[in-house]
Amino acid sequence: MRSRRLFARGALILGLVFLYAPIVSLIVFSFNNSRLVTVWDSVHSPTLKWYGTLVHNGQILDAAWLSIRIALTAASCSVVLGTLAGFALARFSQFRGRLLLAGMTTAPIVMPEVITGLSLLLLFVALEQLIGWPRGLGAVTIALAHITFCMAYVTVVVQSRLTGFDESLEEAAMDLGARPATVFLRVTLPLILPAIASGWLLAFTLSWDDLVITQFVAGPGSSTLPMVIFSKVRFGVTPDVNALATILVLIVATGIVLSTIWMRYQQRRRERDEQLAAAANL
Amino acid sequence: MRLSARTGRRLVAGIPILWLLVLFLIPFVIVFRISIADVRLAIPPYTPLVSWHHGAGHLELHWDAYQFLFTDPLYVSSYLYSLKVAAVSTLCCLALGYPMAYAIARAGPGTRPLLLMLIVLPFWTSFLLRVYAWIGLLNNNGVINNVLLYLGVIRQPLALMQTDFAVYIGIVYSYLPFMILPLYANLEKHDLALLEAAADLGARPWRAFLAVTLPQSLPGIFAGALLVFIPAVGEYVIPTLLGRPDQLMIGRVLSDEFFENRDWPVASAVAIVMLALLVVPILLLQRLERRQLGAQ
Repeated sequence: MRSRRLFARGALILGLVFLYAPIVSLIVFSFNNSRLVTVWDSVHSPTLKWYGTLVHNGQILDAAWLSIRIALTAASCSVVLGTLAGFALARFSQFRGRLLLAGMTTAPIVMPEVITGLSLLLLFVALEQLIGWPRGLGAVTIALAHITFCMAYVTVVVQSRLTGFDESLEEAAMDLGARPATVFLRVTLPLILPAIASGWLLAFTLSWDDLVITQFVAGPGSSTLPMVIFSKVRFGVTPDVNALATILVLIVATGIVLSTIWMRYQQRRRERDEQLAAAANL
Repeated sequence: MRLSARTGRRLVAGIPILWLLVLFLIPFVIVFRISIADVRLAIPPYTPLVSWHHGAGHLELHWDAYQFLFTDPLYVSSYLYSLKVAAVSTLCCLALGYPMAYAIARAGPGTRPLLLMLIVLPFWTSFLLRVYAWIGLLNNNGVINNVLLYLGVIRQPLALMQTDFAVYIGIVYSYLPFMILPLYANLEKHDLALLEAAADLGARPWRAFLAVTLPQSLPGIFAGALLVFIPAVGEYVIPTLLGRPDQLMIGRVLSDEFFENRDWPVASAVAIVMLALLVVPILLLQRLERRQLGAQ
């Protein structure tokens, strides 16, 4: 028993080192003065000069702004569609197209991105030929593509949250005469709000991060941040990308810490409310 | 406006179904349709499905792209290489991920959420940048070689970049959470009383593991393996940044056919054949997930 647990612990520690070492090295070398990124120039380092060049890099700033706008749109739209799909899958026992919907929401998650990207591009080209919309490729087609693969993730998050809840609260509201839409807005939605929030964040990150699908459906002149980064790093390491990576990791880490604190707070409040309710019942 | 409950339900399910039909399912039909067209110099660069001669429509079906795919050794070897890379990476993921998931599932209830967060956290940072980080580690003058040279373990830098090894590292690194999470979800539910029973009956720990824990965790193993294997077959970024220039994976071949050669029919045929290879694994995964949701 003990040897097995020791082995598993060792693997866990090794695995965590494996997961974090590259990120740490990325951050450390962003302060390196040398252009040869990984050869530490101990005389002139640490330096912030790569951060300085970043601020003046118009291409990167434009791309980041485009990526943010697309990610906001994609996350917000995919949350609505994904919540509808997740709700339907979790709460409607049998309906026509159930299997189809279940299949179409899990397949995009594992589908190789080159296939999804190519098929979406060919769709947009065919649509433009048929109905004249969308006019050319750009931010609109990127957003449509992102909404599609993001909503699959949101669906899974919302659906698994709803399957975990028992339906008694919703049934109680129904028995008291609330209409289905009211039940959803007043009972179900508040219950799954944390799942919707994390679905939104996940969708934002996935959209912000996507390269392969975006490359297919982006026209000339609309480069997202991952596309700019990819064209820079394709032929080796460049120090300003390290600086950019450090900033992004910092933002994500702050976001995760804040959302964890917020969720802890919410949970504690809920527990307190439950205790109060229990005390009032006595 | 008051909707009847039935209309409301139809809308709730109908809107996402419609969206996915148009933007996920129908595109595959278009890909197939273009894969049986012929290239031509025009916009769009392929022949129409129906051509008109003397007022009569002719169906234009060209299977040349597929024929090309199966006769040119480049494509066949790329498919086989992709399947091999995906299979080896999946096994490596399992070998590392299983003990990790096991350790988390058996950790104290207080530390479990923290450990899970540590596993998921890298997933929230850019995938592209995390793969990029490995260039800095694996390069000839990268961190690993510098450290080994400094320690005197090696005299010449090891050629780590642009090898199969680098691709395995990249895939295992990027997809590890997808292996650990379903495994953890499975291992966490195990009834430890069964292991105690096995120990009481005199089974040695490793034997108890092989006889009790391992068979019970098979659904988790399959789910994790499929979640890694399926996208790894079509992986594009990792082999492009870390992999061999002389042996392309099929995702890269597809992308090159499309962007560099501008051969839409061949790119589409490559996608259709890849899809045909992955249909069975995808259906298996969906069955596993349905069963798991049903069990909840």
